[in-house]
Amino acid sequence: MIVAGIEPRAEMVHWWFATGILVLALLAFAETIVGPEVWGARPWRRYLWPGMLFLLGILMWPVMALYTNSMIHMVAHGSWAQALMVAGGAELGVARGKLHSQYWRLTSAGALLVSGAAFLVHEQNGWLFGRAAFLHHALGWTLLVASVFPFAQAIRPRSIVAASGFATTLVVIAVLLYCDRDSAAIFGHFSQFAGVMHR
Amino acid sequence: MSADIAHELHERKDHELARRAVRARLVTGIGPATMLAGLVWVLVQPWRLTLLHPHGQGFWWLLAEPPLYVVLVGLVFRLVVAPGLVEDLEEGR
Repeated sequence: MIVAGIEPRAEMVHWWFATGILVLALLAFAETIVGPEVWGARPWRRYLWPGMLFLLGILMWPVMALYTNSMIHMVAHGSWAQALMVAGGAELGVARGKLHSQYWRLTSAGALLVSGAAFLVHEQNGWLFGRAAFLHHALGWTLLVASVFPFAQAIRPRSIVAASGFATTLVVIAVLLYCDRDSAAIFGHFSQFAGVMHR
Repeated sequence: MSADIAHELHERKDHELARRAVRARLVTGIGPATMLAGLVWVLVQPWRLTLLHPHGQGFWWLLAEPPLYVVLVGLVFRLVVAPGLVEDLEEGR
């Protein structure tokens, strides 16, 4: 339950996470363009992407604690936080040189799968209940389908198609999150139970 | 024969240089393209920027300025990440 006037609204939290995902997207695009050798030429740059992913995982914990509308919300946000931290941690290990297998990229595929499932599971309303419900469904299915890209990267690490697909997925996720509003119409539909509509 | 090989090597080098130049331009363009997207968003949905009508807005509403976040991300990328990448691409020449 959001404490009126003290906690930020859920839509704002979505926008902040959208900004983090947008950062990830730009970094992923840049690495795809220049290639892993140039990207890794400066050690600090190798830690940017996994560090940001790990940070997003950490920041999911306060979301879990403070936006617990129901048990399913808590489970979804908690598992989401863990999946992001595992993926970020594994990628940090690869960046540091402690982990060597290309299959650690599978943790990113796992993070997308868990994130997608979390979106779908904790959205109790139908697609056209309101914009937030529509976006949760759209985000969930986008993440589930797009998990094929990091999966492909684990098998073929130098695949430009897989890397570009992953980066594009992150842009799509950021755009969808930025579109979120707590109570707004979607394609002219807005449930009478969805609160006071705003644009 | 050796002149042919030298010519081929020269052509390959030119091709590689051209590829790196394109990559450098793309990397340099990511930040400004992102900033432009944020600015277009401000023009299309000015109500998403509460700083344009701040009266009566609470702290969180004044902090939450999504289009500005997009501009800021593009700016930081352009100033912090892109220059080093372009430099490293050019050093590879």
